[in-house]
Amino acid sequence: MTFLELKDLRIHFPTDDGLVKSVDGLSFSLERGKTLGIVGESGSGKSVTSLGILGLHKGGRARISGEIWLDGEELVSASAEHVRTLRGKKMAMIFQDPLSAMHPFYTVGAQIIEAYRIHHKVSKSVARKHAIEMLDRVGIPQPDRRVDSYPHEFSGGMRQRAMIAMALSCDPELLIADEPTTALDVTVQAQILDLMRDLQRDFNAALIIITHDLGVVAELSDDILVMYAGKAIEYGTSEDIFERPEHPYTWGLLGSMPRLDRERTERLMPIKGTPPSLINVPQGCAFHPRCTYGDRTGGKSTTEVPTLLESEGGHLVRCHLSGDVRRSIWENEIKPNLEAP
Amino acid sequence: MTDSLLSVQNLQKHFPITKGMLKRQVGAVKAVDGVSFDVVKGETLGLVGESGCGKTTTGRLITRLIEPTGGKIVFDGHDITHMSQGRIRPLRRDIQMIFQDPYSSLNPRHTVGAIVGAPFRIQGVQTEQGTKKAVQEILELVGLNPEHYNRYPHEFSGGQRQRIGIARTLALKPKLIIADEPVSALDVSIQAQVVNLLEDLQNELDLTYVVIAHDLSVVRHISDRVAVMYLGKIVELADRKSLYESPMHPYTNALLSAVPIPDPKRRKDRERIRLQGDVPSPLNPPPACRFHTRCWKAQEICSQVEPPLLALATGHQVACHFPENAPASGDVAVTGAGAVTAEGALQAGGAGDAAPGEGPAGKGTASAS
Ligand SMILES: Nc1ncnc2c1ncn2[C@@H]1O[C@H](COP(=O)(O)OP(=O)(O)OP(=O)(O)O)[C@@H](O)[C@H]1O
Ligand SMILES: Nc1ncnc2c1ncn2[C@@H]1O[C@H](COP(=O)(O)OP(=O)(O)O)[C@@H](O)[C@H]1O
Ligand code: SF4
Ligand code: SF4
Ligand SMILES: [Mg+2]
Ligand SMILES: [Mg+2]
Repeated sequence: MTFLELKDLRIHFPTDDGLVKSVDGLSFSLERGKTLGIVGESGSGKSVTSLGILGLHKGGRARISGEIWLDGEELVSASAEHVRTLRGKKMAMIFQDPLSAMHPFYTVGAQIIEAYRIHHKVSKSVARKHAIEMLDRVGIPQPDRRVDSYPHEFSGGMRQRAMIAMALSCDPELLIADEPTTALDVTVQAQILDLMRDLQRDFNAALIIITHDLGVVAELSDDILVMYAGKAIEYGTSEDIFERPEHPYTWGLLGSMPRLDRERTERLMPIKGTPPSLINVPQGCAFHPRCTYGDRTGGKSTTEVPTLLESEGGHLVRCHLSGDVRRSIWENEIKPNLEAP
Repeated sequence: MTDSLLSVQNLQKHFPITKGMLKRQVGAVKAVDGVSFDVVKGETLGLVGESGCGKTTTGRLITRLIEPTGGKIVFDGHDITHMSQGRIRPLRRDIQMIFQDPYSSLNPRHTVGAIVGAPFRIQGVQTEQGTKKAVQEILELVGLNPEHYNRYPHEFSGGQRQRIGIARTLALKPKLIIADEPVSALDVSIQAQVVNLLEDLQNELDLTYVVIAHDLSVVRHISDRVAVMYLGKIVELADRKSLYESPMHPYTNALLSAVPIPDPKRRKDRERIRLQGDVPSPLNPPPACRFHTRCWKAQEICSQVEPPLLALATGHQVACHFPENAPASGDVAVTGAGAVTAEGALQAGGAGDAAPGEGPAGKGTASAS
């Protein structure tokens, strides 16, 4: 059964410069025990989406519409008060910067204990024992001593682990990790990704991993959603996205990235131009000023917003080019250039 | 080497740690602790390693932004290690640094024209008209619109700002550019634009680069040779192909193995080396081999005798008592002192396009042994 489902979610912010359409009609679904990767460049709306699911825009100036169904409950129309009771136990989040999510004046243990006791009526000593177990579970050495450390006494990797321990302390059923390893070195990143993989298996949680790093999503995700200017432009299984990508933006991301698992190519194939401002999203397809194939759509790319349509076997693509044309461009023009001769 | 543009010998930088009102020195951060390498004219040397291992400090030493504690820097035949500000001025233009953060390295109150044109004005070059023309040529060279001459940095995106920084650097007509994480603050699609730009400029202007980065894929793409640093020291230095296809130092193997591979089909069968814990503090680095606290191959000798950086194959230097992928030929006395080289012995079984951590080096995990 679908555990989480977003239907046409929109999150817009009125600002002095105009309306920022950070999330503009996003739909996806996720089951327990599965991982969805959301990829996109900075400013594409990834973090606004995750905060939206957790209900953290409620009461602010954001204009939210659409539906968020979590385990049979609709959250956009639910009260802020009610959604708050779901945070921690039903859903939790791991942020990019652990220092901003942890209070500097309280020990790591105190913060995990507090998070746990919101949802469990237990004594402090029982909660403390649980906190030590969680720190141990995420691989903090000497957890019985480290439970009394302050966040600044931890290294970057340890803080990220401590935040994961905090997020997992109440066994959330949905875990959203927003750029969980972006600030970390590769060796520590690898440890954290292993940890998330193990924890998800043990807890059977639904996991959303948000990142701009295609390598990280490939490591963890069952499904992948590619975002551009607040919209999903391609959505499919990991294999769809990496082996049969059909959107010009996804091709651009793959061509921009040097890869260690392949022979070195002589030249990278970047996307021209820069991501758009979300106040002045280009007419028609938001990607058209940067797209090399827009002139093959008979003018539609600059005038009509393409819809997200099914291509093959549940693989969704938002582009005016026909499926046959896209598949032929990928096979003949893109894929051969991504591999060294 | 006769054709090296830059030669760094046993370079050191120790930052004193002081305490109390009297600023009594209580220790030192050995940020760079005996680093040696040469950079040949026209090549790109990549410098990789985890955060805090001393990459930026090395770059700042070479550009003489900070004074070395010890060692020697020879640039284009001149010993510039302790050259006075007056004497170094003519050489200073020749060595330029591109910074990681395109936001903070540009003065927000100056126009692009003023920023990129400053070097011309300082040198008293030409008329205002001549400067404008020269600046516009450089803007075009780095892929910016020459009409942007009168705009301010905040009107540009991150990638464009990085281009402005590069244009400013080029205006000085340097011979050597130290690029410190030139693309890590940029979005993936913009990263590729800037990487291609750096490559084009190198070809057109015959530039020599030292590129500092933590992204091993970017470094492989851009470098001819690569040096791997760990806690202030170079642990391995080799040409690109040898380093990525048959890495010898256990740390290099671990780093390569940790890079996530954008191929969902391969994630299951990939053998991985997983290091435990974080990099130790450079205030109190482990004795002898600094990597021994995290190394799965460590033996007693590793914590007692420091392994010297030796050439174990042509152009492939490594500092380890028990290297991986070491050439089998002869009995290379790895633990002995002095420069033991195994000339001509090439890497054993460089497995074509083997992904990192999957080659012969991919066995074993950090937790084993
Ligand atoms: N001015 C300073 N005073 C004291 N310690 C310093 C100073 N500058 C750098 N260090 C220390 O020297 C070590 C090396 O720093 P450096 O900036 O060279 O690292 P890096 O390899 O560039 O790391 P990153 O990848 O994070 O940029 C670090 O431990 C750092 O904290
Ligand atoms: N509170 C806010 N008010 C106005 N604009 C916002 C707000 N939060 C985010 N945005 C804008 O929404 C867009 C998407 O932001 P975000 O989701 O953080 O991007 P990312 O994909 O990098 O996580 C950006 O243009 C950002 O500036
Ligand atoms: S709709 Fe047109 S501009 Fe948009 S991605 Fe497809 S071809 Fe390119
Ligand atoms: S010298 Fe010893 S501890 Fe150091 S890298 Fe080699 S095997 Fe590991
Ligand atoms: Mg974000
Ligand atoms: Mg640095």
